[in-house]
Amino acid sequence: MALKISKGTWEQLRRHGEETYPDECCGVLVGEADGEGVKSVKGVVRCGNLRSDSPHDRYLIDPRELVRIQREARGRAQDIVGFYHSHPDHPARWSQTDLAEAHWTGCSYVITSVINGKATETTSFNLMANPGEDETKYFEDEEIRVE
Amino acid sequence: MKVSIPTPLRQYTAKQATVEVSANTVGEMLDKLTGRYPELRKQLFAENGKLRRFVNVYVNDEDIRYLENGNTPLKETDTVSIVPSVAGGSVAVNSPLATTLSNDEVLRYSRHLIMPEVGMTGQQKLKAARVLCIGAGGLGSPLALYLAAAGVGTLGLVDFDVVDFTNLQRQIIHTVEDVGRPKLDSAAEKLEAINPFVNVRKFETKLTSANALDLFRDFDIIADGTDNFPTRYLVNDACVLSGKPNVYASIFRFEGQASVFATKDGPCYRCLYPEPPPPGLVPSCAEGGVLGILPGLLGVIQATEVIKLILGSGESLIGRLLLVDALGMRFRELKLRKNRDCPMCGANPTIHELIDYQEFCGIRGEEAPVTASVPEIQPAELKARLDNGDNVFILDVREPHEYQICNLGGYLIPLGDLPARMNELDSSREIVAHCRSGVRSAKAVTLLRQAGFGKVRNLAGGILAWGEKVDPTVPKY
Repeated sequence: MALKISKGTWEQLRRHGEETYPDECCGVLVGEADGEGVKSVKGVVRCGNLRSDSPHDRYLIDPRELVRIQREARGRAQDIVGFYHSHPDHPARWSQTDLAEAHWTGCSYVITSVINGKATETTSFNLMANPGEDETKYFEDEEIRVE
Repeated sequence: MKVSIPTPLRQYTAKQATVEVSANTVGEMLDKLTGRYPELRKQLFAENGKLRRFVNVYVNDEDIRYLENGNTPLKETDTVSIVPSVAGGSVAVNSPLATTLSNDEVLRYSRHLIMPEVGMTGQQKLKAARVLCIGAGGLGSPLALYLAAAGVGTLGLVDFDVVDFTNLQRQIIHTVEDVGRPKLDSAAEKLEAINPFVNVRKFETKLTSANALDLFRDFDIIADGTDNFPTRYLVNDACVLSGKPNVYASIFRFEGQASVFATKDGPCYRCLYPEPPPPGLVPSCAEGGVLGILPGLLGVIQATEVIKLILGSGESLIGRLLLVDALGMRFRELKLRKNRDCPMCGANPTIHELIDYQEFCGIRGEEAPVTASVPEIQPAELKARLDNGDNVFILDVREPHEYQICNLGGYLIPLGDLPARMNELDSSREIVAHCRSGVRSAKAVTLLRQAGFGKVRNLAGGILAWGEKVDPTVPKY
């Protein structure tokens, strides 16, 4: 299980969180999955955070943007491989809310911890589901390979 | 038209990212799609037949919720996209930051909000609260219903049982259509229907020493609605060890008790009952009966105490045992104090982990049923003997009110009266003793044999088994 990303794209992702600080940033990871656990991120698409009522600790991507991004990705023979968001002044680990609101099994959820406006750690988690049990899902730590 | 399938769902559509479907409306399209790929159904739809709340369906660029939902018309040139939501946050839902109320919630809870004792602050505390209800039965039904209505943010339910017909007399969260279904599914559905803002978490498992502490970790308050002593002690101990209050209630026939245990300075269940009663002494609802309204009364008292703890208002039942006598409609109180020598919560506790509660309550797991060591006769054999005209004396050891429900024409001597009335029986005759399920009559046979009755046997399974195997017109009760 690993997520490959170019240095430039990785820095774009992290800088987004710095720009939106103290609010959470969010966006989509577009690329390819090799079917054997390795996903390659070819690009990131910034999204707006619909949770204007609580943007410092909540994010929601407009489904309309997801529809558009998916369509454009498919046009380039790519796909949505995951999402990223930031945790302002909070560790780069998934929270209960992150897990409860995660529904794209097989996709990577990347989190960047932004402390006092500076991006610190970036981690990735693959959303797994127990086969046959729709209620149980969990995040598995995933290696990020910056190339 | 094209239906775009998101990554997580492609495993159910033979890996296809786009599926062609012909339909006139979104509803029809979804029916056809899930007809073609049945495994997709569970991913998209909840058990009540509605789309799961995190599943967004777009026709071109419009959310069907702003069109006509399932009735939204479709043209061949449309593209339908199924898009699970993408959201999250940096803190858990129970943080005070996460409990702002939406306009819908403000309207829903207006009757709370206009009282200064609750107000916005109180309602937000309710939304931030996480309550675990052990049991979705007699006590759990009213408890969970009212907590959901009040706006408790997270409600956990623990129950592994299935709805039985005899539950409907008091377990009002379940209906006729739920008989045979897991109680959790039935309960969760009704709670979500009353208040979709509540996060209902289901735990379809038996609460054990192996899982209790883990389960309790994600909750703030535990409400004990169980029906057996081993679990009561388990819940208490796990609450003390986890530092979470135990809102307790129990019922028996026409009486109930309620209190709040396991707070830092207050007593725990063991302070009141250091030892469980001997097994078999206190009958269950199935054995002793219970007035249907009673768990309703006590369950709402429990819900009240939970809410008071969350709001921090009123006078809690900590240190008070409320005794309810429904027949007399009298409410009494006993003062309870933390037992300084309590092995669980006292000054020098000796219990630091969860134990084997079955053993503690004297129940040896695979204990041989008391009926096995007593000579028995099966219902079919008894019937054959009676049809043959044999001179068999049938002794019924149930209570008079049971005889009125159904009987085999037997001679009635309730078990409690048997020692005093044995002289009414002829020891030279062949006697078959029966009760409802065979447990009491087994005791009767033992008693009679000890008194010298040589030809006495127990009807295996009692009149219930007779009804099942010989005469289906005999009502079960």
